[in-house]
Amino acid sequence: MSELTEIRWHARAGQGAVTAAKLVAETAMYEDRYMQAMPEYGPERTGAPLKAFTRISDQPIEVCNNIENPGIVVVLDETLLSSIDVLEGIEPDGAVIVNTTEPPEEMRKIMKAPDTVTVATVDASGIALDTIKRDIPNTPIVGALVKVRPIVGRESVDGQLLKTFGKKFAQEMIDANLESVQRAYEEVLIDG
Amino acid sequence: MATQTTVSETGNSFVATAYRQVAPEALFAYPITPQTTIVEEFARYVANGKVKTEYVTVESEHSAMSACIGSAAAGARTMTATSSQGLAYMWEELPIAAGLRLPIVMVNTNRAIGAPINIHCDHSDVMAARDLGWVILFAENAQEAYDHTIMAIRIAEENDLPVMPSLDGFITTHSISRGEIMDDETVTKFVGVHQPKHSMLDSDNPTMVGGFSTLGNTYMNIKKALRDAIDASLPSIKSIGDEWAAQTGRSFDHVETFGMEDADEAILVLGSAAGNVRAVTRKLRGEGRKVGMVKLRTYRPFPAAELADVLKGCKSVAVLDRSDSYGAIAGPLAIDTMAALFKAGVDVKVRPYIYGLGGADVKLEFIESVYDDLADLSDGGLNPGLTYLGI
Amino acid sequence: MAKEKAVPTWDVSDFDNWKTEDFPIGMVGLEAGNSRDYATGGWRSDRPVWDESKCKHCMLCWVICPDSAIEVVDGKMTAINFDHCKGCGVCVGECRFDALKMVPEHSEEA
Repeated sequence: MSELTEIRWHARAGQGAVTAAKLVAETAMYEDRYMQAMPEYGPERTGAPLKAFTRISDQPIEVCNNIENPGIVVVLDETLLSSIDVLEGIEPDGAVIVNTTEPPEEMRKIMKAPDTVTVATVDASGIALDTIKRDIPNTPIVGALVKVRPIVGRESVDGQLLKTFGKKFAQEMIDANLESVQRAYEEVLIDG
Repeated sequence: MATQTTVSETGNSFVATAYRQVAPEALFAYPITPQTTIVEEFARYVANGKVKTEYVTVESEHSAMSACIGSAAAGARTMTATSSQGLAYMWEELPIAAGLRLPIVMVNTNRAIGAPINIHCDHSDVMAARDLGWVILFAENAQEAYDHTIMAIRIAEENDLPVMPSLDGFITTHSISRGEIMDDETVTKFVGVHQPKHSMLDSDNPTMVGGFSTLGNTYMNIKKALRDAIDASLPSIKSIGDEWAAQTGRSFDHVETFGMEDADEAILVLGSAAGNVRAVTRKLRGEGRKVGMVKLRTYRPFPAAELADVLKGCKSVAVLDRSDSYGAIAGPLAIDTMAALFKAGVDVKVRPYIYGLGGADVKLEFIESVYDDLADLSDGGLNPGLTYLGI
Repeated sequence: MAKEKAVPTWDVSDFDNWKTEDFPIGMVGLEAGNSRDYATGGWRSDRPVWDESKCKHCMLCWVICPDSAIEVVDGKMTAINFDHCKGCGVCVGECRFDALKMVPEHSEEA
């Protein structure tokens, strides 16, 4: 993939959207590619809706404007759907991944997603509670993301996680994170 | 042998690493968004024994710069960092640092100044400090901010001038990007050991700093000496940049260009927006348009002759200012550019723009619209004067 | 023994003809304590007169004199240095023993 991949993350402050944006970006760097990750900066209050962005490219990335036409949208909290148009500006052939227990067909209806857009769902919160024992869906949802759009290699995600967590966390925590990624990778449902 | 490590970090983290590697003897700082993570991360380096710096958390930016002045006059390698209202609060001390010719390095994270209150990027803070005798550098990205910070200490100490490397608030300071960090030993060798000409703590050779200079020509001579020194720093900055480039493989020029070899229309810009302008320029050149872009890394001293030379083949140039000079005919960079062209006898139409105030997004279509405006100007269209881009 | 000074004496004799490049960088004074060379006695309109017979040599005037114009040898006041005394009168105000008084510069008591 030589062209620029642009991802927009929707979450509430405290759900780790910036960490997820960073994980994907750093996984790209793990593959010796170029990346950019940034939160939408503003007064940050826990629970407030926020956006984060990731860019990935094989070439050095020179642009630094806001991402308005993302190829991929990730929604970490489905309760945002009632107040925010998460699909705003999405590329016609884009993909949206939602953390929910609902099937993708149902989500497509709720979001009024056009037929050309791929809709995927995964119970990232449930997986996180099972594996990491906390509702932090940001790590597992990256597993779902690379299944829906292989923007980075599946094994690179594990590689980068080991690199990030290796120095700081106990083995069972590292294993739990790796398992959460694998489960989301397997369990994500894709429509379109 | 210089070894570089590829990392992904925030811009501020790149800068904090540069601070650690430069290892100032003293640092006085007060936190302000979006500079905070620089001094926070550096404080952690100090606390963890990664660097031996006398780190003083002062009660204000005014105190920070005052303490820097005292420290530098005592002969210590001295640094700080600030932004926006913090830089404004230091203003009284900034010309003193320059007038006393103290080699202080202060990174500024470029942020709007109030009112209205705004924490996001523009160049209103740094531009309000442009006439005080500080060397001012603008970084396009985190990598340049890192390189400039390391170069800055050499520029400061070799020219007896305070230096302000700047990077764009949030856009560069807080986004994570890929870049290269030099090994500590190479940086240590590059920055060398500070050899102050005088030290106020040298009791065997007592000196007087900050004396009074009233009527008569002394004041004017001291100010002329400052003017001569900052003029003379232009080639010095370039050679220090070249020396650093020899280690990093990343070139340094006061004036950097893309597509200027045959451009009819050009855009001149400072800081992070240069990437957006280059991307649009690359796209339009791919479509056969004769457009080019120019970015300055050195703003003070102003590389006037070099800039005029780069622009002389154009029909028209747009100058994008991320701050206004209220009541003047245009923003500060545009005024400098017009003066440079006039002085060099280069007849190029200049159209000034103000863009991106308070962090307003620099959309690529805005840049494209500027090139369209310029094409019209080149064909004899009317120059409407100062334009606020995107509103 | 004190280290030899790097700038034993700072030659400022041709100061009035100095060019820009002749000034030290940042106007650093290369010789501290050179106010000795700058006679300020001419600023005086009143002067302190010292009555040695009343003086207890308490050194209070020596401490507070802003021009270091109280001359002392071996712990005893010996004179007032009128090359530097600006006639501010602080010494007279502080003297507890009436050993100092101010008189007009050109009076007979002066």
